[in-house]
Amino acid sequence: MDIAIRFSDLTLGYDRHPAVHHLEGEVESGALLAVCGPNGAGKSTLLKGIAGTLAPLAGSIALPRVKSRDIAYLPQAADIDKSFPIDVFDVVAMGLWNRCGLFGGISRSQTAKIRAAIAAVGLEGFEARAIATLSGGQLQRMLFARLLVQDAAIILLDEPFTAIDSKTVADLISVVSAWHADHRTVLAVLHDLDLVREYFPQTLLLAREEIAKGKTDAVLTPENLFKARSMIEAFDRQAQACARAA
Amino acid sequence: MPLHDFLIAPFAEFAFMRRALAGSIALAIAGPPLGVFLILRRMALTGDAVGHAILPGAALGYLAAGLSLGPMTIGGLAAGLIVAAGSGVVARTTILREDASLAAFYLISLALGVTIVSLRGSNIDLLHVLFGSVLALDDATLILLASIASLTLSGLAILYRPLVLETVDSGFLASVSKSGGLVQIAFLALVVLNLVGAFQAIGTLLAVGMMMLPAASARLITADMTAMIGIAAAQGMLAGYAGLVISFHAGLPSGPMIILIAGLLYLLALVFGPAGGLLHGVKPRRHLEA
Repeated sequence: MDIAIRFSDLTLGYDRHPAVHHLEGEVESGALLAVCGPNGAGKSTLLKGIAGTLAPLAGSIALPRVKSRDIAYLPQAADIDKSFPIDVFDVVAMGLWNRCGLFGGISRSQTAKIRAAIAAVGLEGFEARAIATLSGGQLQRMLFARLLVQDAAIILLDEPFTAIDSKTVADLISVVSAWHADHRTVLAVLHDLDLVREYFPQTLLLAREEIAKGKTDAVLTPENLFKARSMIEAFDRQAQACARAA
Repeated sequence: MPLHDFLIAPFAEFAFMRRALAGSIALAIAGPPLGVFLILRRMALTGDAVGHAILPGAALGYLAAGLSLGPMTIGGLAAGLIVAAGSGVVARTTILREDASLAAFYLISLALGVTIVSLRGSNIDLLHVLFGSVLALDDATLILLASIASLTLSGLAILYRPLVLETVDSGFLASVSKSGGLVQIAFLALVVLNLVGAFQAIGTLLAVGMMMLPAASARLITADMTAMIGIAAAQGMLAGYAGLVISFHAGLPSGPMIILIAGLLYLLALVFGPAGGLLHGVKPRRHLEA
């Protein structure tokens, strides 16, 4: 069994206060893993940690098989400046950054790849549209097209289907399924448990610490969900330094 | 021929007018493209802040060596870079955003600059620092302006892609590359360089105008990045030329006249600009089918 991501006594947080506390475990290569849990459980924080935009407070995240630049990360509310005069094609082309860099041209095959990605998310014909004119769902489709172009081994999606209609969700889920069929590792933070049960074989239930991890049906049991919900959002201004052994 | 007398003769007859024109064109090639990015990054007032921030450095150079190019340029450059890099670092490492940290730095810097200027020299010298002397460009200043223009265009060519990425979606750039902070600081360094160059020619107060007015105007005229940068530079050059011609014939100060022409072009774009001017959308046209 190949390991894509390994957490070793991982603590992530802000200002010394932990949001993910002493997480241990592994994500298999090629896994399609849903990350579930109540608000404040540390789901987004975990993804930031894997993406490398947040340094661990303690412990480590190891990526045995891939370089950190081989991760594609879609944050919860992508802070895109929609007023910037740029069209859909150019935003999707950004996915080529690691291959083209400062000066590299976009080859004919890469152009074809960008067009194919735009078509795959159902935005064909929108290539020259300014991003200011896109709806919320269209914007999310465009960001998925950029993820496709990034062609990464590990894909991190933070609540990708929030405020998105069911047709768009269905289209984007098929993109996710294609990644899975392609043996890419996909982690998605999701709140819609029906969606998780239907499409995600594995689930990590998180409530600052791991509540359960494994096959989705075995994880999303009423007992586990109750346990996760009863997690207190323990933020204590006078908290002592954590004494748990590393 | 009167038109020739009016438009070309001043430059044909007087070397100082030719020098002024060359200097203005150098400023107009480099400044407005930077201004376009400042506007798109919602940092339109940054130029103003940095323009004030270079004063203490220039004043220190002036204190040490009087009104001479080298020390004032080096001083201005040092002060501007310290403020730009300092505010960039503060914005990335503390809770303060870039605008707040820049405001803090430039206010300290400006107060320091005025204090230093007042230590020596009369008000006339201060006026020179603030309003420049585009009609008194010597060889060294012209070479400086041309070098800055070349450096700026090369720098922008290198920075273009990451700068667009950083502006549109800084989170995405951060997720694929660690260059975001470097790009931000390199861009601000180019802004500083241009303002230091421009204050030799048209003074600190007006240098920013040459950078921002053509850029704001170009944003109202087009929504295409390449065209925007071209139009901004072209407007800067037009303002430089027209400002010099009018100031020559009317006997008005040249620096402010250049900026006033740039301002006039901006007002025209504000009213008629097809990419979001006042009249844009006033005339109702039937909506499309899809």
